Amino acid sequence: MTPLLAKGQSAVAGEVAGDRGTIPGPRPASAAPRRAKALLERLAGPDEGLFDPPGPRGRRRIAVASAVSLVILAALVWAVVHQFAAHGQLHAGQWRIFGQWPVIHYLLTALWATVRVTLVSGVIALPFGALLALARLSHTPLLRWPAAVYVEVLRAIPLLLLIYAFLLGLPNLGLHVPLFWQLVWPIVFTNTAVFAEIFRSGVRALPRGQTEAAQALGLSHWTTMRLVVLPQAIRQTAPALISQTVRLLKDSTLGYVVSFLELLNAAKVLGEYDHTVVQAYLVVALVYVVVNTALAATAGGVERRLGGAPSSAGRKSPG
Amino acid sequence: MGLIVDHIGVFGSGLRVSAEISACTFVLAALLGAALAVCQISPVLPLRVFSRLYVGGVRSIPLLVLLTLFVFGLPEIGVVYSLQWTAVTAMGLYWAAFFCEVLRAGVRAVPRGQIEAARALGLGFGQTLRLVVLPQAARSIIQPAASLLIAVTLNSSLAAAVGVTQELTGQTELLDQQYAQPLLTFGAAALAYVTVALWVGWLAGALDRKLAVSR
Repeated sequence: MTPLLAKGQSAVAGEVAGDRGTIPGPRPASAAPRRAKALLERLAGPDEGLFDPPGPRGRRRIAVASAVSLVILAALVWAVVHQFAAHGQLHAGQWRIFGQWPVIHYLLTALWATVRVTLVSGVIALPFGALLALARLSHTPLLRWPAAVYVEVLRAIPLLLLIYAFLLGLPNLGLHVPLFWQLVWPIVFTNTAVFAEIFRSGVRALPRGQTEAAQALGLSHWTTMRLVVLPQAIRQTAPALISQTVRLLKDSTLGYVVSFLELLNAAKVLGEYDHTVVQAYLVVALVYVVVNTALAATAGGVERRLGGAPSSAGRKSPG
Repeated sequence: MGLIVDHIGVFGSGLRVSAEISACTFVLAALLGAALAVCQISPVLPLRVFSRLYVGGVRSIPLLVLLTLFVFGLPEIGVVYSLQWTAVTAMGLYWAAFFCEVLRAGVRAVPRGQIEAARALGLGFGQTLRLVVLPQAARSIIQPAASLLIAVTLNSSLAAAVGVTQELTGQTELLDQQYAQPLLTFGAAALAYVTVALWVGWLAGALDRKLAVSR
């Protein structure tokens, strides 16, 4: 009876309780396996309370399912490793260059280029996005309509198309832009629209009472925006803005298309030069995982510090 | 303008290939994403850990990195099949992680009382999922899934960057290199993408209104 009650309570507490023992073990395990299991459960994250605490039969079935799934996962890993080994991709010689300083230095320089593209486009797109959001929220149709059209259109055009248009269109007009800006401008143009949407949904997620109170105090539209609405909206959209930065960083990989030497393009060059194509791409993928996971963790931390921003903030387009 | 009219067939076939790639990617992502989501809400610990790590890892890899890894990496380890399908595989694996998140958000949107009531009636994990949770979750995921479909369609253009030039963006680039009319060609392609995105959004809105349940 007791475990059932405990389960019921935790199911209600659900999200709040966070991680907790999902599958009560048949008997108290000794310290080390228990710690390993606790770690695994932390990794597995909270469940959605879709199942009762299993009885003896359920526990047996879960144990069988666990064993079978472990075997399948192990087989998958083995198949991949085998395929790599069979084609000589696991030779130490194929990987050794990634421990040499010149290569590391080369990749770090490329990472810095990636970060520079991300930062510069973010710094330009963020204020313009805010202005665009304000224009779209204004009462003047003359401002509202162009802003709305810009946001909707730019969010519906693939970034690659825009980059090709810049790459091939600008020389046609007699304009010669450095490689860096050929990558940055298209990223800025699309992300301004995305940032504007994030800001706008942040403003709209605020309780109406805030605006009404400000108006009741006799503040004008712009003063209300400046003193009451925006400071709160920016606070609430902070996590969504950081998540969008992750997407900005992903967008910078399109440097590959314009031959700007950022991280992905560096991997391509390195792979072709050393005949370590798979290794170079894998190493770079790992770097992206590390950097983006750190950024995502920052977003999570900010969200917790702000006491949970509204989940509606940002009609996030994934990717 | 004559250029566009003369080459309307090029745009048509480009759009068709783009739609094909997007549709295949979306179906693959939906199947894999559903499997990942089931893993993640199941009581089987190894599956849950695997699903969490997969989603977390794949979401932080840029799509283009995954595409280059598959398109140029797979032949190196002896796996060779058609370029278009290699791109679809990579994109399907990528979007599966996002689809899993959409599904999980849908499951989370089902009120807890529903799940508890199902359990109180003695339904097992599979039954609860099939009879109570999924029918309700399906309604709330229409809009996010449509946003995902739009994102898949727009990002299918990245296939052109790794050599699948038959699709719309690739065709547009080739056409432009031939005729050097960037404003016209890219404008027409942009119009096609915007139309598709608006149409999918409108369709999802209509479907959502039709199936919505007021709570």
